[in-house]
Amino acid sequence: MSESLKVPTMAEYAAQGKQPEVLLWVGCAGSFDDRAKKITKAFVKLLHQAKIDFAVLGTEESCTGDPAKRAGNEFLFQMQAMTNIEVLNGYGVQKIVTACPHCFNTIGNEYPELGGKYEIMHHTQFLKSLLSEGKLKVEGGKFKGKKITFHDPCYLGRANNEYEAPRELIEKLEGELVEMRRNKKRGMCCGAGGAQMFKEPEDGNQDVNVARTEQAMDTNANIIATGCPFCMVMMTDGVKAKNAEENVEVMDVAEMIANAEDL
Amino acid sequence: MQYIPNILFIIALVGGVGYFTYNIRKVIRNIKLGREVDTSGNTSERVGNLVRIALGQSKMVKRPVSGLLHIIVYVGFIIINIEVLEIIIDGIFGTHRIFSSMGSFYGFLIGSFEILALLVFVSVTIFWIRRNVIKLQRFWKPEMKGWPKNDGNFILYFEMVLMVLFLVMNATDVAFQEMNNGNVLSQYIAGWFSGTSEATLAVIERTAWWLHILGILVFLNYLYFSKHLHIMLAFPNVYFGKVVPKGKFKNLESVTNEVKMMMDPNVDPFAAPAGDAAEAPAKFGASDVMDLNQIQLLNAYTCTECGRCTSECPANITGKKLSPRKIMMDTRDRLEEVGKNIDKNGAFKPDGKQLLDDYITREELWACTTCNACVEACPVSIDPLSIIMDMRQYLVMEQSAAPSELNVAMTNIENNGAPWPYNQMDRLNWKDEK
Repeated sequence: MSESLKVPTMAEYAAQGKQPEVLLWVGCAGSFDDRAKKITKAFVKLLHQAKIDFAVLGTEESCTGDPAKRAGNEFLFQMQAMTNIEVLNGYGVQKIVTACPHCFNTIGNEYPELGGKYEIMHHTQFLKSLLSEGKLKVEGGKFKGKKITFHDPCYLGRANNEYEAPRELIEKLEGELVEMRRNKKRGMCCGAGGAQMFKEPEDGNQDVNVARTEQAMDTNANIIATGCPFCMVMMTDGVKAKNAEENVEVMDVAEMIANAEDL
Repeated sequence: MQYIPNILFIIALVGGVGYFTYNIRKVIRNIKLGREVDTSGNTSERVGNLVRIALGQSKMVKRPVSGLLHIIVYVGFIIINIEVLEIIIDGIFGTHRIFSSMGSFYGFLIGSFEILALLVFVSVTIFWIRRNVIKLQRFWKPEMKGWPKNDGNFILYFEMVLMVLFLVMNATDVAFQEMNNGNVLSQYIAGWFSGTSEATLAVIERTAWWLHILGILVFLNYLYFSKHLHIMLAFPNVYFGKVVPKGKFKNLESVTNEVKMMMDPNVDPFAAPAGDAAEAPAKFGASDVMDLNQIQLLNAYTCTECGRCTSECPANITGKKLSPRKIMMDTRDRLEEVGKNIDKNGAFKPDGKQLLDDYITREELWACTTCNACVEACPVSIDPLSIIMDMRQYLVMEQSAAPSELNVAMTNIENNGAPWPYNQMDRLNWKDEK
């Protein structure tokens, strides 16, 4: 990765009087968290590969307000939401894709009533549609025969009933998809949701992310796949806590596909 | 003199049904203490849920063993009630097995009741074993100590006794046994009484008959004092359950108006508030049951403390204090306390207590990951998460009492548009980073 990625902004598009096909909502984690930035880059490479005309808001993007709302700060949430909606509507954005299930949920479910109505897709849904349209091809090579378990992000799965898109992508990679006992509708949270990401957990006998990582490791998977930057942090920490970095890798589904394509 | 049994029966019936109605009206009054909530629209989806989830028990069978056993008890409960109709008519008019004139169909009905009665007895026994011998974890959580534990067992004993009385009543009914129509199981039980004189049998039969119907009336009235109201409330509760995606939390309209004003450059900051806005603004979030909405309060009365929510809760699984079932139990208990306060004083007299802190601690509220596992697990569409969220809202918006790390994250969001202290102008730096 020597040269920088080509990532156009909405401002640049607007200056040329053009409108991209889709807006990539990067999210705070995707912009600032070192591990999550890799997911963003992998996804951007896939967008280039598929020749998708996309743009980001860049410095005009701001937190969707999800953690504020779920911490109970409705006022801050709505301030964030309305500001973002003004920006998005100002650019006439119609379609959004994001690699963060929290942004996906908030923009998709909570923005419409505040005046922000967009077609929003989670990146796994978007990648699935690129594959079915033939814009992107996936060869399984690297992941053939590897045991992969998928950890359902709560805000993609239970919150929005999307369980299949990420699994279909994993199957395209010809990996062996092994399910944890708690999966899909009964999938267990990684412990980051509801603004827990930003605080210490309450007293208990275990951290949620370690419990969930143990469940994932019980499948003997080589790879814990997920589709959320916060789950990524929690599961990666969990694997570290179990001293299992040598045996288990935590990867976003987009990274796996980009990896398989040698991007 | 011959009408004394009829009169006693009518008194028992009117008394039993009357007291139950009196208590149910209290439940309805208490639920109405909550905020009104708009449930219009989505009628077909709501009816669909009612049919699938409540009548069809679709979520119960997610756990096949308890689900199947519960269906037996549920079907048994509904079908055996047809027999209660006959008992009531017999009791009022002094007839004996008034429906037996239906002939073979009567035999079919009573025969099925007898089989169901046995199945219910067996299922309830297994339930008891699961609670008391196998000691399934979810029945032994801290909130299940004392009354809730006994309550659960009392209900099982009630059901066992009622089923036994029904079978004994049939077995000792000489006329019914001679009819030999529908006594599929009771004929064997009748064998146990073979040496008994007809007079004694008649006494046993009458005793079982009376105890059976009085038992049903007592059980009916016990419902209000127990966790068992779900046998009725599950249906409205499922109907009014959440029909939008689980991840969609409601937006507070009062906040929307405020934020819109803040963002509108044309608003006159010195303008007097419009007429109705002059009233004290509604409180943000909930610190007591009156701040919750009516569906949340209905949820509380509907909860039967099965604990499926708690056994799926990631916070509870990892030993935190939060238990979604306890949230529902606390809400119900506080609502009952408020109801009794109203009964005593005519209107609610502040008692220096509230749902927050006196029942539900902040530690429980802050342990929630909002993952919706509890909502998904509930077989009757209860939403403990919405109560947690409303109480967090109160803590943050009315009391500024968020955990300090969360205050830091929120300040960051406010200042630089991200929960971490990074400059918003650096948001696109990732594209050039190696």
